[in-house]
Amino acid sequence: MGIMFYLIAALTLAGALAAMTLKHLVHAALAVTAAFAGLALFFLNLDAQFAGFAQILIYIGAVAILIVFAILLTRGAELPKEGVFSRTWFVGMAIAAGIFAVLGWAIIASARALPSETVAPAVTVHDIGVAIVGRYVLPLEIVALLLTAATIGAVIVALHEKERAK
Amino acid sequence: MVASSAVSNLDQIFIILRDWVTHFFPTAWRPAIGVLLSVVAIVCVFPGLFALTTIFERKGLGRIQNRIGPNRVGPFGLFQPIADGIKSLTKEDIIPTSANGVVHFLAPVILVVAVFMGFAVLPMGRNMVLVDMDAGLLFFFAMGASTELSVFMAGWSSRNKYSLLGAMRAVAQMISYEIVLLLSSVAVVMIAGSLRPEKIVDAQNQYSYGLPHWYIFTPWGLAAFVMYAIAATAETNRSPFDLPEGESELVAGYHTEYSGFKFALFFLGEYLAMFSISGLGTTLFLGGWSAPLEALSFVPSWIWFFGKVMMSIFVFIWMRGTLPRLRQDQLMNFAWKFVLPFTLLDLLVTAMWRFMGEGWLRWVVSTVILAGTYVLMGRAGMYRKHFAPRTYRYAE
Repeated sequence: MGIMFYLIAALTLAGALAAMTLKHLVHAALAVTAAFAGLALFFLNLDAQFAGFAQILIYIGAVAILIVFAILLTRGAELPKEGVFSRTWFVGMAIAAGIFAVLGWAIIASARALPSETVAPAVTVHDIGVAIVGRYVLPLEIVALLLTAATIGAVIVALHEKERAK
Repeated sequence: MVASSAVSNLDQIFIILRDWVTHFFPTAWRPAIGVLLSVVAIVCVFPGLFALTTIFERKGLGRIQNRIGPNRVGPFGLFQPIADGIKSLTKEDIIPTSANGVVHFLAPVILVVAVFMGFAVLPMGRNMVLVDMDAGLLFFFAMGASTELSVFMAGWSSRNKYSLLGAMRAVAQMISYEIVLLLSSVAVVMIAGSLRPEKIVDAQNQYSYGLPHWYIFTPWGLAAFVMYAIAATAETNRSPFDLPEGESELVAGYHTEYSGFKFALFFLGEYLAMFSISGLGTTLFLGGWSAPLEALSFVPSWIWFFGKVMMSIFVFIWMRGTLPRLRQDQLMNFAWKFVLPFTLLDLLVTAMWRFMGEGWLRWVVSTVILAGTYVLMGRAGMYRKHFAPRTYRYAE
């Protein structure tokens, strides 16, 4: 872990912290985008180009845009008078700590279960493609089905809105 | 022999120049200096090209609209971009009092940086690519996606209704057409079998009977190229898809509240995006830096690349001078009801082309499917629509 790791970690954590603490929703959305960018940099730092660029394309290009769009369309951009912080923040904190503990435990356990690799594997985009349509084709199809269902659902929601307006 | 080595020297002149400059430095520094030089070259060449293009566009639009265009500064008005540059540098930088200062400042910076990053993976000539990445194409689209956020930041932080409307339009339009941009490129990736721009160019840099194997000269490639061109025009907010900054409706859209150098950065970003997206289109469909005829292969490869890019820019300008602006609903209907389904069909045809093997049969089958669907979709769209001279209704 070099100095790059700590720099990127600082950026990601700062983005995530800002996303939690900033009062303005749009600022929070932009801060979470910075955190996404930090995660992408982590992937690139680990020489996982495909994952890093996919992270930028999907999280910055689509998810962040979707978040800001939702904020603008729902008039959530205005500041509420009673403040934006939840009064049950400690419950959320406990849940987050619990999830973090489970994840950490799983990762540490898996590191012991798997044989440790001394050399970083060189994975090309070609290998990823072959793996996706070969070994992992069933999960891919399931995800595709899920996304199609979600799209149809969105269309149906939009259709109902139109009929009520008539 | 002497002549051919002179030709190949001219072809590799920038590489030779870079190696000559770097050999003055210690060996350990050489790679870093080489990258630095290439970056400086990109950062200088494309804004220079931008300056040339602005005068070219204003002159060209003037021709199309039967007027002269700028002709006061220098011979034939050729120094107009310099005057414009000095003007935008010396203008007052105005930030509205209610604007969100930090976001307002960051938006143009992020836009220009993200657009410049895209040039890193474009092969601009033989061996002339800054970073030869295995996932180069993905990198390009990832950077393109980041510009959307900066457009939104600009529109939102200005606290101006026109800016916000422009930003909303821009983001909706860019999301819709980005899908098409990606899917039409996927067709090329399916045939070339790589996300590396270098390899895509190499796959097209072959000749039979002296004619090139560019992807635009195949049925699926032509269809994908047309869809790519439409999506590219929409992505760069150029007319007829210039709704986000439609000056007759929204003043200037998302950069209404920008003045001075920040406005110049937006202007630069728009043109750089045009260059980079034309460069990618050239790489994907027009054979990148390869010559259009085998007999012309002696011309340096970078001349072909920049020539093709400038041809695309010319088409952009030509379209701007010819086509009227679309309406928002027409824009969305066009994207989701025609361009996207047709691109999906083209993907299927491309897969078929890949597995039908060599021979004339695949040419006939894919042409029939694509042309037939095109005609049918057009007819279905026209069904029960009556076209008559336009009628006007006025408020009583």
